[in-house]
Amino acid sequence: MNKQDLLMVGVGGQGIILASDILGEVALTAGYDVKKTDTLGMAQRGGSVLSHVRLAGQVSSPLIKEGEVDMLVAFEKLEAARWAHFLSPGGLAIVNNHAMPPLSVSMGTARYPTDEEVGDILRRQTNRVCFTNGTGRAAELGDVRALNMFMLGCVSSFLPIDVDLWKDCISQRLPSRILQINMTAFEQGRKETSNVNVG
Amino acid sequence: MKKLLSGNEALALGAYHAGVTVAAAYPGTPSTEILESIAQFDDVYAEWSTNEKVAMEVGLGAAYAGARTLVSLKQVGLNVAMDPFMAAATTGIDGGMVVVCAGDPGIHSSQNEQDDRHYARLAKIPMLEPADSQEAYDLMAVAYDMSEEFDTPVLVYTTTRISHSKSLVEVNRKRVAPARQPGFKHDVQKYVMLPVHARLRHPLIEDRLVKLAAYAETFPHNQVLWGERHLGVVTSGVAYQYAREAFPRASFLKLGMTYPLPRNVLLEFADKVDRVMVVEELDPFLQENIQAMGIEVIGKEFIPRAGELNSGIVEEAGRRAGLLDEPSQSRQVDLPQGLPRRPPLLCPGCPHTGLFFVLNTMGQRSKLLDSSGKAQGESKLIITGDIGCYTLATYPPLSAMDTTACMGASIGKALGMEKAGVGTKVIAVIGDSTFLHSGITSVVNGVYNGGQITIVILDNGTTAMTGHQDHPGTGISAQGKKTQPVELERLVRGIGVNDIKVIDAFDMKALRAAVRSSLDSPELSVIIVRGTCAVRLQTRSGPRAVDMDKCDDCGICLRLGCPAIQKLDGQLYIDAALCAGDACTICEQLCPKKAIGPLSAAAAETPK
Repeated sequence: MNKQDLLMVGVGGQGIILASDILGEVALTAGYDVKKTDTLGMAQRGGSVLSHVRLAGQVSSPLIKEGEVDMLVAFEKLEAARWAHFLSPGGLAIVNNHAMPPLSVSMGTARYPTDEEVGDILRRQTNRVCFTNGTGRAAELGDVRALNMFMLGCVSSFLPIDVDLWKDCISQRLPSRILQINMTAFEQGRKETSNVNVG
Repeated sequence: MKKLLSGNEALALGAYHAGVTVAAAYPGTPSTEILESIAQFDDVYAEWSTNEKVAMEVGLGAAYAGARTLVSLKQVGLNVAMDPFMAAATTGIDGGMVVVCAGDPGIHSSQNEQDDRHYARLAKIPMLEPADSQEAYDLMAVAYDMSEEFDTPVLVYTTTRISHSKSLVEVNRKRVAPARQPGFKHDVQKYVMLPVHARLRHPLIEDRLVKLAAYAETFPHNQVLWGERHLGVVTSGVAYQYAREAFPRASFLKLGMTYPLPRNVLLEFADKVDRVMVVEELDPFLQENIQAMGIEVIGKEFIPRAGELNSGIVEEAGRRAGLLDEPSQSRQVDLPQGLPRRPPLLCPGCPHTGLFFVLNTMGQRSKLLDSSGKAQGESKLIITGDIGCYTLATYPPLSAMDTTACMGASIGKALGMEKAGVGTKVIAVIGDSTFLHSGITSVVNGVYNGGQITIVILDNGTTAMTGHQDHPGTGISAQGKKTQPVELERLVRGIGVNDIKVIDAFDMKALRAAVRSSLDSPELSVIIVRGTCAVRLQTRSGPRAVDMDKCDDCGICLRLGCPAIQKLDGQLYIDAALCAGDACTICEQLCPKKAIGPLSAAAAETPK
């Protein structure tokens, strides 16, 4: 059983913790040893959020070392750049092509990196970079909060875990009134990255 | 059955299966979910206590009455509860009593970094340390048996990376029935700590410690895992996981019980390996206790005392100690430079934002920072702060907090400043839950000693920062029962405060008038700023938008620090998905050009 160290990053309120919880549950069902830990800082919203998920035959530390992440799943572009140094050489970066300017950028005291700069920072670590339009797709579906299931769909296309396990777990975890839209988002995410060639 | 549980969930389930019937806590990261988890069981009485001291006392009473009892708190929470904690260690218990203390190395969400393992030694009681969720679950059963066998409270010490990490747990026990009906056995020599009785207890405590040390020698969760003999690692808790990755071939003595320590086990282990390294987070607690036994070990000479460890840090320490010959497996990584930080902020629609904007402008606090953001000069207002989401108002652009020390300290600090002679423009700002936790006695003190300070109680009707727990002011218990809410106005009036104002948190004019009036008041005054926490809003309607035809780009709205108000590539906009809308409207009230209004009425579009 190959180890998979995944780092999910983004901004508080984007649903990262639920996504990494579901990933952990699915991997458990698929027979992996799982450890998962989140770094939330002190507030519920607005700050950087980081979730380490480690899957293997046996896992010791819940934290992944810098330079050893197999899959960086970034819900926001600046956060992708911020945590790029965790990627292993040749690791995979899945990046939601969406910018949420931090306050310092809005106030004009700092500059948001350009798409080119974000791409360069990521490609210093790996050539396997995959930008997706998750926020746009979720908005088209009628709820931007479905972004987390879209991103999970992307992740699922790169992991050797049966798609039904994913769908079962999502069905169990999400309330029925929002399940349909989220399941569609998951399927769209899975489809979007199934077709891309990231080496 | 295997489950993916956080350490906190596993601790709660372990306690439940051990037959706990009473649990008490005050919320505090990273311990909060322990009480939340056990509160879900109907056959447990679980309460949010007013503070940790009360939680410890409730736990102690329940244990005196024969119930198996759980008290859970964070590392600084144990500071608050030290008085009854020491009393519990002195009197002992009847029903098993376990105190779970969750440390926060790395200070993810605390006001200081401290190693609470010292408290076990201070109180002379046993301490257990789980290294993952499975051990968190397993050790709770052991802890209750140990507590009753040795007539002592047991400290279970975890850290953020145990409490907040999820790992697999084989749930292989069922709830044991309480051993006996609740009942209190009259015994004044044991339970009434007059000096004459306390003097009798102390030798018993010393004797208990000797017996516990003997017990530790055969404690099954102190495990020796033999590998190569050139290096023996002594470790516990999450540090074991890091050390395991850093030294994959070494021999390990993994301690599940870290006070008192098993002297013979340690001597034997040290004898069979070439060198011993102790790997632990924060203080050299194990190291110094082991060295005091005459065993030669290394540890903190190479491992940092401050901050959270990880496998990389331990590996690097091993390399510097000459314990790892092979070059680093992990390659040098380039840290991205110059990226804007993203600190946590008050939420869009936060009922604290308006008050802090008023304090910022009235204190002319934006002038306190030079262009590089460095502090300079004195404010026209001094704002003593407290512990809660509102501590985030320290950051620019609100920059409206001067001090934060510990729970409830804002009011005492404000009075101290006034009495020191800084003038009377001193404002203490404290949240409702923190006020009920430990602010009340400071108001009593302020009234008694003739203070003239202004106290702002930010009443958002919840304990927001730790995840929205109820508290005495909400009148809803930890298990969802309706109780008598404590009314802040009546409470403060009962203490003897005459100047009390209750203000809508989203009414900017009223906020400004109230602060001005209270600052001018010759007596101690209280302003209760009331507004629902934005995260708890049931429905959101009427997101605001900027009419770019009217906007003159003055930037006042941005000075609220609201995450929904954003500016990218020169364009100002309000993120409709984030905006709290009709529930808030403070940006609309501030805008001098009346350029902000409900989205449907505004001409502007929110960019995708």
